[in-house]
Amino acid sequence: MDPVLLVASIMVSATPILLAAIGEMVVEKSGVLNLGVEGMMIVGAVMGFAIAVSSGSPVLGFLGAAIASAVFSLAFGLLTQYLLSNQVATGLGLTLVGLGLSALIGSNYEGQRAPSLAKLDIPGLGDIPTLGPMLFAHDFVVYLSLALVAAVWAFLKYTRAGLILRAVGEDHESAHALGYKVVRVRMMAIAFGGACAGLGGAYVSLVRVPQWTEGMTAGAGWIALAIVVFASWRPLGVLIGAYLFGGVTVIQLNLQAAGTTVPVELLSMSPYLITIIVLVIISARGAHGAPGSLGRPFHAAS
Amino acid sequence: MIRLEKRPNPSRLWTALTPVLAVVLTMLVGGIMFALLGKPPLEAIRTIFWDPLFHPQFAGYSRPQLLVKAGPLILIAIGLSVGFRAGIWNIGAEGQYIMGAVCGAAVGLAFYPADTWLLFPLMAIAGALGGWAWAMIPAFLKTRFGTNEILVSLMLVYVAENILASASAGWLRNPEGMGFPGSRNFKQWASVYNDELVINTGMHWGVVAAFIAVIAAYVLMARHIQGFNIRLTGEAPRAARFSGVSPARIIFLCLGISGALAGMAGLFEVTGPAGQISIDFNSGYGFTAIIVAFLGRLNPFGILLAGLLMALTYIGGELAQLMLGLPGASIQLFQGMLLFFLLATDVFTNYRVRLTGREVA
Repeated sequence: MDPVLLVASIMVSATPILLAAIGEMVVEKSGVLNLGVEGMMIVGAVMGFAIAVSSGSPVLGFLGAAIASAVFSLAFGLLTQYLLSNQVATGLGLTLVGLGLSALIGSNYEGQRAPSLAKLDIPGLGDIPTLGPMLFAHDFVVYLSLALVAAVWAFLKYTRAGLILRAVGEDHESAHALGYKVVRVRMMAIAFGGACAGLGGAYVSLVRVPQWTEGMTAGAGWIALAIVVFASWRPLGVLIGAYLFGGVTVIQLNLQAAGTTVPVELLSMSPYLITIIVLVIISARGAHGAPGSLGRPFHAAS
Repeated sequence: MIRLEKRPNPSRLWTALTPVLAVVLTMLVGGIMFALLGKPPLEAIRTIFWDPLFHPQFAGYSRPQLLVKAGPLILIAIGLSVGFRAGIWNIGAEGQYIMGAVCGAAVGLAFYPADTWLLFPLMAIAGALGGWAWAMIPAFLKTRFGTNEILVSLMLVYVAENILASASAGWLRNPEGMGFPGSRNFKQWASVYNDELVINTGMHWGVVAAFIAVIAAYVLMARHIQGFNIRLTGEAPRAARFSGVSPARIIFLCLGISGALAGMAGLFEVTGPAGQISIDFNSGYGFTAIIVAFLGRLNPFGILLAGLLMALTYIGGELAQLMLGLPGASIQLFQGMLLFFLLATDVFTNYRVRLTGREVA
C-alpha cells in the first residue's frame, strides 16, 4: 500500500470524528455530558447533503450542516439547562430523534451524488515530493478541523472566556457564586458542540462516502464520545485519538479490500473493539481529568 | 418572571400525568409534522393510534401484532429499568438481544432435527445466558477498571451486529438454503417454533415471559431487599455504600438482569415472529425499549402500558405507511419525540413553577 495514499486517507477518515470530538470536549469541559453526538452528526450529515445537492455548493452544505446541528443541539440545551432533565436520557433521546429526523429528511436524497469538494492546492507546500500530496492536498475541512483543535486549545488555555468555561465545568456552584452565567455559558458550549458535530456529519456524507444512506454515521458519534474520555479532556489527546482511530479504520478497510484470510466481520468490528480496549486501558490507568461538574444538573438556588 | 422551585419529593400526580401529557404533545407536534409532509394530520393520527385496534378491515390482522411487538419491548425495558433505577446505564440492550438470539438459535440448531419439547426451554436458557454474558462484559470492565458502561455496552452493539452477520452468512447458515444467507427457519421445525399459544392473540412465550417479568420486577423493586438496595444506589450512592451495599454487586445484578431479559427477548423473537437468524434480524427493539422504560416511569406496570403504546405506534406506523404513504422514518421520529416531550414535561414532577414579580437584587 502506498504510504502517501495511506496517510492521506487516514486524515480523511479521522476528520469527522475529530470535529465531533473536539466539539464534545468543549461541551464536557463546560460540565455538560451530551450523549447526542451521534444524533447531531447524522442531522448534520443529512442537512449538509441536502443543502449541497440543492445549491450545488458543498461549502454552503457544510455551513448549513453546522447551523442545523447547532439549532438541533439547542433542543438538548433547552431540556437539560432550563427544564433540568436528566442529561444521559436527554442525550439518548437526541440521538433517537436525530436518527428518525435524518431518515425522514434523507429519504428524498437517497442514491444521489453530492457535488465534490475541491482540494485546496497550497502553493509551494503542495509541491514537496511525498509530503506534499500526503499532507497538503486535502480539502479545506481537514485543515479547518486541525485549526479548530489548535483554536480550542488556545481558547481554553489562554483566554478569559476559556477560563470561565472551565470554571463552570469544574464547579458550577462556585462559578455561579462568582456571578458567571452558568446556563448561558453551557448553552453556548452545547451549540458549539452541535455545530462541530454537524460539520463532522456533513464530512461523512459529502466527502468520505459521498452519498446519503440512512444511519450512515454508524456509531462515529459514540466513538467521538469515547475519544474525549481517551483524551482525558485535552485537545491534543483528542487529535491523537481521532487519528489513531482513523488509522485503524483505514487499515481494516484496506485489509478487507486486499482479501486477507481474517474474516470480514472481525475486521469490521475491530474499530469498536479497539475503542473498548483503549477505554479500558485509560480507565485502568486511573488518570481521569473529568470536569468536576460533568453531567450534574445545575439549579440556581438563589 | 418564572422560577422553578425544587419539590421536596417528586409529585405523584405529575409522575402519572407527564406520560399522558407527552403523548398529547407528541400527537400535536406529530400532526403538524404530518401536515407539513402534506398528509392529513387528523387522519394520520387516527391511523396510528386508533385503526390498528378498531379498523373494520385491518384490525383483525393488526390487533394480534400488538402483543407480538409489545412482548420484546416490555421484556427488554423491564430489565433496563432495573439498571436505570440504580444509575447504571445499559444502552446496549440491542447487542444483548442479538447475542441472545444467536446463542439460543445456535444451541437449538446444534440439535437439529431433534423432536423433543425439552429443546425449547434449553434454547430459552441459552438465549438468556447469551444476553447475560454480553452484558457481563461492561459489568466486569466497570467494576474492575471503572470503564464507562454506556460507551462499552453501546460499542458492543456494533460488535454483536457483526457477529450476527457472520452467523447468518457463515456458521449458522442453512445448509439446505442453497447458499442464501440466513439460518434454518424455525417456523418449519414444530418442536421449537414459538407459535401463538392462543390463536389470533399474538400471545407467544415471549409475551408470557414479559408478563412474568413485570410481576417479578414489581416484587423485586417494591418488596425485596435487593430492590431496595438498587433504588438506594441510584438515589443516594453514598448512603448505599455506608449501609454496606456493594456497588459492584449492584452493577453485576442490574446488568445481568437486563442482559438476560434482552437475550431471552431475542431468542423468543428469532424462534417466533422473525423465524430465523438473518443479517437484518434486529429491528431496534433494544433502543426503543429505552423509550419504553422512561415512558413507563421505570415502574413495571407503567412499562407494561408504555410497551403496549409503543407497539401501537409501530403497527400504526406501518399502517400509515401503507394507507397514507407516510415515510417509515416518521414513526421513528415520532417515538423519539415522545421521549423528548416526556423529559421536558418531567420538570413539573420535580419542580414547582412559581410566577414571581420582578426580583429585587
